[in-house]
Amino acid sequence: MTPPLIALRGVTRSYGTGEAQVRALDGVDLTITKGEFVAIMGPSGSGKSTTMNIIGCLDRPSSGEYLFQGTPVQGLSNDQRALLRRHALGFVFQGFNLLARTSALENVELPLIYKGLPREAREARARLALEKVGLQGREDHDPSQLSGGQQQRVAIARALAGDPTVILADEPTGNLDSHRSHEIMTLLQKLNRDEGITIVMVTHEDDIAAYAGRLLIFTDGKLTRDETITPRG
Amino acid sequence: MIWETVRLAFTAIIRNKLRSFLTVLGVVIGVAAVIAMVTIGQGSSAQVEASVEALGTNVLIVRPGARGFGPSSGPPAPRFTTKDAEALAELSTVQYAAPVVSSSQTVVAGGANTTSQVYGTTADYLSVQNWALTGGRSFTEGEQKSGAALCILGQTVRSKLFGSADPLGETVRIKGLSCEVIGLLAVKGAGTFGQDQDEVVLMPARTVQRRLEGNQDVDSISVALRREVTAARGIAQVSEVLRERRRIGLGQTDNFSVTDMKEISSMLSGVSSVLTSLLSAVAAVSLLVGGIGIMNIMLVSVTERTREIGIRLAVGATSGQVLTQFLVEAVVLSVLGGVLGIVTGLGLAWVGTIFMAIPFAPSGAIVALAFGFSALVGVVFGYFPARNAARLDPIEALRHQ
Repeated sequence: MTPPLIALRGVTRSYGTGEAQVRALDGVDLTITKGEFVAIMGPSGSGKSTTMNIIGCLDRPSSGEYLFQGTPVQGLSNDQRALLRRHALGFVFQGFNLLARTSALENVELPLIYKGLPREAREARARLALEKVGLQGREDHDPSQLSGGQQQRVAIARALAGDPTVILADEPTGNLDSHRSHEIMTLLQKLNRDEGITIVMVTHEDDIAAYAGRLLIFTDGKLTRDETITPRG
Repeated sequence: MIWETVRLAFTAIIRNKLRSFLTVLGVVIGVAAVIAMVTIGQGSSAQVEASVEALGTNVLIVRPGARGFGPSSGPPAPRFTTKDAEALAELSTVQYAAPVVSSSQTVVAGGANTTSQVYGTTADYLSVQNWALTGGRSFTEGEQKSGAALCILGQTVRSKLFGSADPLGETVRIKGLSCEVIGLLAVKGAGTFGQDQDEVVLMPARTVQRRLEGNQDVDSISVALRREVTAARGIAQVSEVLRERRRIGLGQTDNFSVTDMKEISSMLSGVSSVLTSLLSAVAAVSLLVGGIGIMNIMLVSVTERTREIGIRLAVGATSGQVLTQFLVEAVVLSVLGGVLGIVTGLGLAWVGTIFMAIPFAPSGAIVALAFGFSALVGVVFGYFPARNAARLDPIEALRHQ
């Protein structure tokens, strides 16, 4: 039996020490299989973003076990975790996190540079990724010359270009109006269905979460609900 | 891969022109300030040294009157005569001894006039002072004996009276005495205390005594010792002869003084070394200030870029790759700033030395020190904060505002 893509076993995450210690995650068990589209919801401070950052190897659990395709991640060095991000993970952030004064094409090329692709190959792939998110013709625009929705699509193209197994999206529509939000969600849903990319998304809007096929609800650092839903659209 | 990282560094430098410019400017100011300051300082110091050289190293000045400052008690000491100078010239330790009769006079030629020091002396004076002629000739023995009305002009007097015309064979009038110009002195420049040594007219001693002063007095005797003779032995022999000639008994104090120019030289060298220490202190402060400037720019720049580091880590860069990029950026900017700083600093120093009329003598050691220190500060403060940022978990770097 192949191991699940993502498995968390009794994961906790605490900040600070002693009296002031805050427990953001309190024993989370969670399994995500390949090809799922998972939405994580919950009030702020419930641990949904922390869970997402731990899955994305951007943060480390204080205790517990995290297995990625059967490999225990908590035992990996910083560089090994960087390699895992490079080859298997793509990120879409609420604040876009694009490099300023850098064209859309170059932003999308960034992960490919670290992957060691030759120049022509990475330019071709970056152009293809921008085309997939509907930004052909905007390759040379700086983030400051693009609207919020367009910037988020550049960020999705950047996540996509690295050919990831999982895309982790932290409130991807948090800074967008409702029309742009639905465009972005349709795009993510399409990537999940057509390319088979597993998507884990944090959101606090019900109609955004409705695009997913599985809904996780966090309360006070614990996973309190886990249900399969029928995706809209 | 390493070349990709280097390329990333260059891309980042070009993309962030203002930040790169400010970083380079910080290094330029640090390096240029130190180089300009120290080069000008060393020029002034060299100027003092040159004046010390010009004093002559084996020269004694003999004057009547006891040594010391302020008014002397008792009757004034008797003056020397040209005979005293001749007697000293006979001594085994002495190479040349030239009497000097000095007098301040107005010198007139055509419609122009100037006030100048007139020295009555002999041709040996030029040898003692190590002073060359650029034209004409010196006095002959016969002219000295007869007190001929001849003179040799210093360059300042020449230019004030004759402009660019050739004065040789012309006549100047000094206190009603017409003198033929037979020689021209080489430029000697400013003296140790800033006086113009070229504002001078040389005449035979006898001429000045008889025609200008109307007495037999000699104000001082310039003595050049033989090369192999120590100053102490020379002074002892000169003093002994003068005591004898002036009939000073045992136990009586000298009514003349013998000054070794070396003492003055060493005093001036002392001044010059104080000057050098002072400038070194100024340079150290400049380096420190420049260093702090560079440090600030680098720290601000890295703080501002912590989020960029987070983005790069998130998309799969290892901390080593991020660090290599920042190190290359810091090295490139520091070296560029250093090179521009050297050019600017030397340029400022060159202009400064021209205005101050001092020698331009840049020192390789200072250039290397200023460059090395600034580049080091630039690299260290570009690298270490970046290293701290790259060691964070990516999420902390990303959250950094």
